[in-house]
Amino acid sequence: MSRLSGMGGRLYRGEKSFNIIGNRRRFYALSGIVILISAISLSVQGLHLGIEFKGGSQFTLSTPDASVLLGQKAVADSGVTSETIVQKIGTNKIQITTKVLSNAENDAMENAIAKDFKIAIGNINVMSIGPSWGKDITHKAIEALIGFLLVVMLYLGLAFEPKMAQAAIIAVIHDIFITVGIYALVGFDVTPATVIGFLTILGYSLYDTVVVFDKVRENTRSITSTGKYTYSQAANLAVNQTLVRSFNTSLIALLPVASILFVGAGLLGAGTLKDLSLALFIGLATGTYSSIFIATPILASLREREPAMQALARRVALRGSQATGEPVVIKGDAEIANIVTSTHSKENRARGPRNQPKRRSRR
Amino acid sequence: MSANISKSIKSQAKPGRTLAILALVLVAFSALAFIQNDKVKLGLDLRGGTSVTLQPRVAKGGSVSSAAISQAVAIIRQRVNSLGVAESQVTAQGTGNNQQIVISVPGDTGTRIVDLVGQTAELRFRQVYAVGAGSAKTTATATVQTTTVTVPKPGSKATPKPTPTPSAAVPTFPTGVTAALDKQFGALDCTKAANRQGGNIDNPTASLVSCNRDGTAKYILGPAEVVGTDVSSASSNLDQTNGNGWMVLLNFNGSGTKKFGNLTTRVVKLASPQNQVAVVLDGLVYTAPQINSAITAGNAQITGNFTQTQSSDLANVLKYGALPLSFDRGNVQQVSPTLGSNQLHDGLLAGLLGLILVVLYSVSYYRGLGIVSVGSLSIAGGITYLLFILLGKWIGFSLSLAGIAGAIVSIGITADSFIVYFERLRDEVRDGRSLRTAVDTGWTRARRTIIVADSVSLIASALLYFFAVGDVRGFAFTLGLTTIVDLLVVFFFTKPLVSILSKMHFYSSGHPLSGFSAKSLGVETGKDVA
Repeated sequence: MSRLSGMGGRLYRGEKSFNIIGNRRRFYALSGIVILISAISLSVQGLHLGIEFKGGSQFTLSTPDASVLLGQKAVADSGVTSETIVQKIGTNKIQITTKVLSNAENDAMENAIAKDFKIAIGNINVMSIGPSWGKDITHKAIEALIGFLLVVMLYLGLAFEPKMAQAAIIAVIHDIFITVGIYALVGFDVTPATVIGFLTILGYSLYDTVVVFDKVRENTRSITSTGKYTYSQAANLAVNQTLVRSFNTSLIALLPVASILFVGAGLLGAGTLKDLSLALFIGLATGTYSSIFIATPILASLREREPAMQALARRVALRGSQATGEPVVIKGDAEIANIVTSTHSKENRARGPRNQPKRRSRR
Repeated sequence: MSANISKSIKSQAKPGRTLAILALVLVAFSALAFIQNDKVKLGLDLRGGTSVTLQPRVAKGGSVSSAAISQAVAIIRQRVNSLGVAESQVTAQGTGNNQQIVISVPGDTGTRIVDLVGQTAELRFRQVYAVGAGSAKTTATATVQTTTVTVPKPGSKATPKPTPTPSAAVPTFPTGVTAALDKQFGALDCTKAANRQGGNIDNPTASLVSCNRDGTAKYILGPAEVVGTDVSSASSNLDQTNGNGWMVLLNFNGSGTKKFGNLTTRVVKLASPQNQVAVVLDGLVYTAPQINSAITAGNAQITGNFTQTQSSDLANVLKYGALPLSFDRGNVQQVSPTLGSNQLHDGLLAGLLGLILVVLYSVSYYRGLGIVSVGSLSIAGGITYLLFILLGKWIGFSLSLAGIAGAIVSIGITADSFIVYFERLRDEVRDGRSLRTAVDTGWTRARRTIIVADSVSLIASALLYFFAVGDVRGFAFTLGLTTIVDLLVVFFFTKPLVSILSKMHFYSSGHPLSGFSAKSLGVETGKDVA
């Protein structure tokens, strides 16, 4: 634990540095592949939608005598002829899922279940969803999503800078895509609770990104006047400086979610808690990844296109080569970032922590 | 620099007072909650009950007015209250055409509530033109050919051509029946449950083709002559004289009495089935008795093999009037009290487990500072609990399973704020500041990050709340609430507490267990830490 804690200090001073921005093409490629797999599995397999989206009825009951056979007998006794699925959940639960039933069929099913399992009708849990309900909530979830992305983009554009807002939103879309893709690939059930989970991920993923961007902004505030670091280099330092923080915040966020998942899946078998925490778990993991390896690199890519930042990169490259005696070669975007990152750690080691760019802005 | 010093002196003078004020506020609120002797209101999924979400049916391009929704809410509330179950709730959610009505009734009312609330209860009395068996392919012509032979139709508009031969090439129709209606009648299959859903508001001025409730018969009916608003009262009665079982007795108002009198006077002279008057509720025929004598006394009865509950529910529905809109049952959930308490138990267990894990991690990583995060988490938990109680009282907030999940997730968010501050603090110390100054310089920077990050969280929960319904709303509400609690705790508890602790020798000297030791900060011993 203290080793990780101590590493925070080394990362902070730039003694130890992961070249994340310099290697951004690799991360882009990695995410590209995952997104491609997601897209393929989404179009080939699609999402496994729960009855909340398709419409139908679901009868759940707890009984010590939880046998699927008895459930099937109850279905036969009820006279309901629509397609039904009888499942055993956990050790003592039976769940019977049907297509949309009429009121009379619903009653018949309840009576048959109560009779065959010898329980009171009041002990049967029923959920019945109209056929248009799912379409409606899907529609609303998409509305909420679009509204959220627009408002957050506006907010971050005002609180930070427009390009940070863009990068953050791209990272969020990246997260949604991958999470949905995993759901399609593995075939987990998608229920309204899952949708809640998806939507919460947005907030989380952004929380992480905001923490990193805050540092990036601080580190890059006066880089053009200093001329010591390129934008990519300063951003990379920021990512490294916040690495421990990101790790800690994500881990701490994951702990409660993991405990819901454990209780939800392990003890309850299925239901709201499990669906919600599974979506959160997957989403949080991708969210942490994207705020470090996608959001900041994209921000750097966006900013490095600006003429002022390119001029800065040239100046810094010149400086670096003068210091090391190498000839000046103006190279492409990514390569500049590479050169620059390798020089900056040397420079830092020589000059110590007090020469961080942010210091200048603070005093 | 002098400004900096005076600022830090000022903020060092504050922490004790801030903590004291927070403590006072907390005590006051706990006292309030204690005096009222309230508990957290639990949602139906945690204590058992039925919840029904109704979606208004909107014609293409049509719209749903808020006035109609609130009128519907008022009527449904009366219907639900007629059940006599305490703490039932009827609320409208959403905006514009996305409005929904959510009804929650605790306890075990079963499907009864579902039938009761969703009914539009548009009552019409219509003259029967033709009757047929419930299955498809029964046409009015076939029915007519047996009846028209014997009975002449007085005052009929369609040319009556009584032909005794059933195989007539040119079909003939009884009074009021057109070829289009007959075609519709022939196609209608009342044995299919989908055709007996009812709930459509039928056009009172047009003829209607409809099934009866059990699907054994179908009818061609004339325009409505008496409607629900003509009814002044409705009651449920047991018919002991005729053995019809439970029935609903209707009393008409002045104009209703007159109209019903006219209708019955006219049809009583007609031949069967045209001397029948159908009682149509929400487009379905409940009963279509033959009128044996004109009824001018202003009352009528609806029979139909009702149980006592059914007839009293129907009487209530008719008494409180028709809904201004027709609704689809979007989502019905019935949770038994057993499952409810299981879910509550598991939800709390998950929360406790999550809390323990977070506490363990923060103590093992931040050592002495871990105490701050444990304290802050408990304060945040306490405030949230109090708010749950008080909001339950003030705005009827009830905690659902999704809400518990939201609260558990927020443990992470709350802890994240501390981490942002602690890491910032440690960065400042790494930069060579003394802990005492770092507490304030670190705070000004961390504060901004925390505010921006929490705002994003708040935006997310606000949008979720306004766009979504049901469970999602519960989740969004708790998430938003706990985010606000997080801000309160960080500002008025965590920061002042850290300020106070920073003055203690244990922390400022960089004790190995304080979380500020040179080793855990990763700085060379004695070089940078003041």
